[in-house]
Amino acid sequence: MSGAERLEPLVGWQAPQVAEELPGLQLLYDTVEVGRAGPLTGDSPPDVQARLRELSNRVRGARAIGIRREPVAAAYRVFFRQVGMDPDVERTPIEAAVLERMLRGGFLSGGLLDDIMLIALLDTSVPIWALDADAVRGALGVRQSREGEPLGRGGDAPLLPEGRLVVADDDAALAVLFGDRAPGHVPRARTPRVTLYAVQVPGVPALFAEEALWGCAAALRSP
Amino acid sequence: MIQRRQQVADRERPAAEAGPGWRGPNALFAPPQTPPAEDAERAARATLRAQIAKLENELSQILADRFPFIAAPPAFGPAPAAPPAGPRLPGLGELERSRDRLATRLQELRSRAERRSENERRAAELLKKMELEPGRYKYYRVPVRDLGQSGCGVWEVRPRLGLIGMLAGWWELTLSSGCP
Repeated sequence: MSGAERLEPLVGWQAPQVAEELPGLQLLYDTVEVGRAGPLTGDSPPDVQARLRELSNRVRGARAIGIRREPVAAAYRVFFRQVGMDPDVERTPIEAAVLERMLRGGFLSGGLLDDIMLIALLDTSVPIWALDADAVRGALGVRQSREGEPLGRGGDAPLLPEGRLVVADDDAALAVLFGDRAPGHVPRARTPRVTLYAVQVPGVPALFAEEALWGCAAALRSP
Repeated sequence: MIQRRQQVADRERPAAEAGPGWRGPNALFAPPQTPPAEDAERAARATLRAQIAKLENELSQILADRFPFIAAPPAFGPAPAAPPAGPRLPGLGELERSRDRLATRLQELRSRAERRSENERRAAELLKKMELEPGRYKYYRVPVRDLGQSGCGVWEVRPRLGLIGMLAGWWELTLSSGCP
């Protein structure tokens, strides 16, 4: 891997109250120039589709049952509870993906970018999200939302209640933590640069989050 | 080797942009200004989070170990007047309620697991007796699921060679696949 391709994830900032209450929570992110020829929302190339098929064959019922005991997956379950969510209702990303695999009989392609993020999730159990890099202003971080604050900068942005944990840049909330991204900030078919971010929670080694980010970045950069 | 550029966490940001709890730049390194009661409450929340983590891990352990014989109980329904779902920083009361509900659920699962273990022990004892004295346990059946094993086989005491064995008193323990 050449120096230009090395991943240098940034560590996101945190509002002091978030840092005090949730020590160990960390946002890692990186901006990637898309090298793939096809559209990000279009069909995945054969190498990505083959990897999805391979993962479909590898992830079976036994893993679905035992996933609660896997350290990284369990860490996300615990974190969900600690931030007021019930992981049996709002499933953690890895559990949701494995459940989807069981219900559909395989990991179905959802477009190039979604497939790449799904593969990283299945490999590491660490979820990755992507934003349109050109719509991100400044550094990313985690903070609480203000009452009625819009999610994103668009005119039709939904309003957030007070105290929701959000991923934000310098002046706007861009995504709910583990949740929806702001309309208008999700990468489109021909978005040239994407900002990938991973949410690392207590109990998840940094190596896993970095590996997930690296996997996505490398897959997006390769032509 | 992956490199990382560390960012300063408490970079200067307008207070209005940082949301509730933002105490201005350099707050992380400023001398503590919180009253002791607030510190105590924060410590209590940290303790509750640790308890929640322990309970959740124990719960997951039981469910994964005893699948499919012990299914996950239904998820907690939203409590009346509960704050909307989504990630947030729960207060002391909400964390306590969450901890208590997890503890209740864990207790329920533990007692179900104990009952299940007792039933499996009894089934294993019965199977042993059926093996030793098949003539005393004619047509007794023990599904393998009752022994905590997967599959749909059934242990059964049957006459050897059908009618001849029945008349001659030749009984044996057999394992049928039981699967349709």
